[in-house]
Amino acid sequence: MAKLQYYTGVVLESSAYSNIPCPLFYQSLTQYGSSMSREQLVVERARRAFQTGMSKPLKFRVHQLKNLHRFITERRKDIADAVKKDLNKTEHSTELFETLGLEGEIDVAVERLAEWAAPRPVEKSLLTILDEVYIQPEPLGVVLIIGAWNYPWAVTLQPLVAAIAAGNAAVVKPSEVSSHSAKVMEELLPLYLDKELYPVVCGGVSETQELLRQRFDHIFYTGNSTVGKLVMEAAARHLTPVTLELGGKSPCYIDKDVDLRVACRRITWGKFVNCGQTCIAPDYILCEPSIQNRVVEEIRKCITEFYTDDPKTFEDYGRIINQRHFQRVMSLLEGSTVAIGGDSDQSQCYIAPTVLKDVTGGSKVMQEEIFGPLLPIVTVSGVDEAIQFINEREKPLALYVFSPDNKLIRRVIAETSSGALVANDCLVHFTVSALPFGGVGNSGMGRYHSQHGFDQLSHLRACLIKKLNLEDANAMRYPPHTAKKLGWARFFLLKQVNLRRLRRMALLALFSAMAAFIVQRFLR
Amino acid sequence: MSREQKAVECARKAFLTGRSKPLEHRIRQLKNLQRFLLEREKEIAEAIKKDLNKSEAGTQLYETLGLEGEIVLAVKKLAEWVAPRPVEKNLLTISDTVYIQPEPLGVVLIIGAWNYPWAVTIQPLIGAIAAGNAAVVKPSEVCVHTAKVMEDLLPAYIDKELYPVVTGGVSETQELLRQRFDHVFYTGNSMVGKLVMEAAAKHLTPITLELGGKSPCYIDKNCDIPIACRRVTWGKYSNCGQTCIAPDYILCEPSIQDRVLEEIKKSIKAFYTEDPKTCPDYGRIINQRHFKRIMAMTEDSTIAIGGDSDESTCYIAPTVLKDVQVNSKVMQEEIFGPLLPILTVSGVDEAINFINKGEKPLALYIFSPDDKVIKKVIAETSSGGVLANDCLVHYSVSALPFGGVGNSGMGSYHGKFSFDNLSHLRGCLIKQLKMEGVNDMRYPPHTAKKLFWARFFILKNPDLGWLGRMTLLAIIAVVAAVVLQRYLQ
Repeated sequence: MAKLQYYTGVVLESSAYSNIPCPLFYQSLTQYGSSMSREQLVVERARRAFQTGMSKPLKFRVHQLKNLHRFITERRKDIADAVKKDLNKTEHSTELFETLGLEGEIDVAVERLAEWAAPRPVEKSLLTILDEVYIQPEPLGVVLIIGAWNYPWAVTLQPLVAAIAAGNAAVVKPSEVSSHSAKVMEELLPLYLDKELYPVVCGGVSETQELLRQRFDHIFYTGNSTVGKLVMEAAARHLTPVTLELGGKSPCYIDKDVDLRVACRRITWGKFVNCGQTCIAPDYILCEPSIQNRVVEEIRKCITEFYTDDPKTFEDYGRIINQRHFQRVMSLLEGSTVAIGGDSDQSQCYIAPTVLKDVTGGSKVMQEEIFGPLLPIVTVSGVDEAIQFINEREKPLALYVFSPDNKLIRRVIAETSSGALVANDCLVHFTVSALPFGGVGNSGMGRYHSQHGFDQLSHLRACLIKKLNLEDANAMRYPPHTAKKLGWARFFLLKQVNLRRLRRMALLALFSAMAAFIVQRFLR
Repeated sequence: MSREQKAVECARKAFLTGRSKPLEHRIRQLKNLQRFLLEREKEIAEAIKKDLNKSEAGTQLYETLGLEGEIVLAVKKLAEWVAPRPVEKNLLTISDTVYIQPEPLGVVLIIGAWNYPWAVTIQPLIGAIAAGNAAVVKPSEVCVHTAKVMEDLLPAYIDKELYPVVTGGVSETQELLRQRFDHVFYTGNSMVGKLVMEAAAKHLTPITLELGGKSPCYIDKNCDIPIACRRVTWGKYSNCGQTCIAPDYILCEPSIQDRVLEEIKKSIKAFYTEDPKTCPDYGRIINQRHFKRIMAMTEDSTIAIGGDSDESTCYIAPTVLKDVQVNSKVMQEEIFGPLLPILTVSGVDEAINFINKGEKPLALYIFSPDDKVIKKVIAETSSGGVLANDCLVHYSVSALPFGGVGNSGMGSYHGKFSFDNLSHLRGCLIKQLKMEGVNDMRYPPHTAKKLFWARFFILKNPDLGWLGRMTLLAIIAVVAAVVLQRYLQ
């Protein structure tokens, strides 16, 4: 197989826009076509398309992003219908939790792309004072995006926005578990986006494995830690960098002095959205025993307020994605005391908003990420024990602290680690595009959203443009190495001259001189 | 428990005490490291002399000077790097505290290489210490003497539990890689890089891989050839070509090949005398295995300069090969030795095509007086870093990230990049429990009206910075108007 070229600007052929075939590639493809899997073909086509250079120009990227935006607005109904079938979400709910964020990301990318893609000048030193020194963002090549089923549109397409913005090609593999959304993606996305640069590949485990055998320039995976390890292992074979958006048990500490009514409102919302199937849902509560009953009461009120007395019939309350997860979540109830809810209906994959009280660290529900509408309350003696409890476990994707006391909040930040930390609310950091969204340790590696996504899916290339003059200055580095030359090298390399301050001082001196001159003339 | 397991557990316990976190501790350790480099200059130089036949001045210039610079920078900037980094607000966070907080990761594993054993092993350590981590340092066993000096003397200067030095060969490294770390930093070749990443995957450990490749060097026929060749000669034969960012091979038009050869010959003589074998500033190949590997590469190419060798001392003369073909032995792998092949191309387009057929290199060099040519090469290729009109020196620009892409690696370091890549940059959002009314738009039941408000707040991106500036300008204008009016009365 002819060794494939990985870079932009090498115009071999423009497959989508001309009829001029490129002998080399068509030859190799037909030669091997019959023995190539569907996944292999798709990836090769995406790479070929990338190598034409067409994904690089800013105009093209903006055009594709605007098409993606159009897809979301024109196909709102198709998307909503699919999500309703997959997760029993209402149309408004789908817009609020899935597509609104996407629209926001696209808007930011379109607005800022020129700024993100531009060369980034860096601080100069004595040695580079006359040179051009900058970081140039470049596309990586072909990115593989493996989506998840819980917010199938948000977590599959948001990385795609970053990939397109960064000038890459991207193979999109939606989760087969959210099968209706995957189908809509497969059928409709190619009508809006370049189908060779951004193909949608559907399939299950074996198709995903086949994809992972191919060579990519970056793999972006959203899902669980077990599969995350396999993805990274597969990536290692090709030295492919990865972004893994995983999960974990996101703790939620409630200080006893906090306004419990508001705190519990926000927590209830954060927990039971999408029936608890949110990677950054507050997984469990930590609070002192003295407020446990109050917390349970306030949550009960909020559940009724949000989901009525009968959540099962309420359209804004979701369902568990499938039987397997239903059974998994229900089995977590074993050994714990149900304070609210607990009822279920297997035929509908319905589990009521449930709160468990007096839960211990060793109970079933505390052994894995719940990813369902069970909210355990674990009592602790105070923030010290809460911090200890949190630190005994893997670093979570999100950490929530509810407290009016800023000092306490800072303490929790200083003594724990997590992907992100939100005080006095849940989930909302997801929409703050200036914050990097990602995990640490078992909750993942890498990050995205807005410029963070652009940077993550780019290569930030160091560029130093010197001139062929001033060769004498280089004498200090050439052999024979003498003490005298070394002395000069030490001076230039170790002297930390703050060039910006020098410039400011010079400017200030100039102004003072001018001011003195003017004042003098004026006073005469 | 194996020795390696114990060292890692000990480091983790030490990290969990929290003592690597306070700024004073990090600065003290960095200053101790600096003291180590200054006080033990002699031992360091002697070890390098035995390992790579570098002179004392050479060792300082290429190994320790850079380290000192990094330490000085880290000590100076640490408070700034460590501080919370406020980020842009939007309508929804206008009254909140929003920032990114750098945090230590935990225990970092640093696997060093043998070619610049101090630079590539200690520079990541500087980043690890600055970021508040513990770090297990595994120097390359190939540079035997240096590894020993590191093992014996480093613990006398820096915290031996937080930053243990673990020496050993392949099996010890494998045992280390079985342990759980919070980051693994590896410098070396792609083959082992894959194994390191595979091992890291088992614990979901993020990695930095500083690998290599064949760094191309394109010489435009219109450039000042004597100076270009001088810089290329220096870049190539430093450390006997055993530099990850050495210009691996030259691409130039046939019309200048002879001139290039002449100039390189002159420069070799100027730097290394007529008899490089006796010149103290000319190095040796690290060991017999690499000596044989490199010599085998000359088999099917035309030697234009040098070519002589002495296996007993692992000496290979500064060598240039001309009219090299793309399928010759010397073009099949990273040379990492003092052989400089010249391949002729018809011009910059063919050079770009040629470069793009290979894996993305760690560095790319372009010698040209024409900015357009330089920018064209940058736009149409990819590499870890790119340097025009010189070799190697981007390594010492701490404001530039140093790292590869594709087969040449992932992640980067130097300066603040070391700090950031060995930290967790945690998103922090501190809200208040008031203004709960605003949140109604997100609570069920989800209505069209609520959605409308949500759309407004999330999609409207007013430039708050610009608004702020306009407000300030308006105030100044009003004040100026008032003052002027009074003055004119």
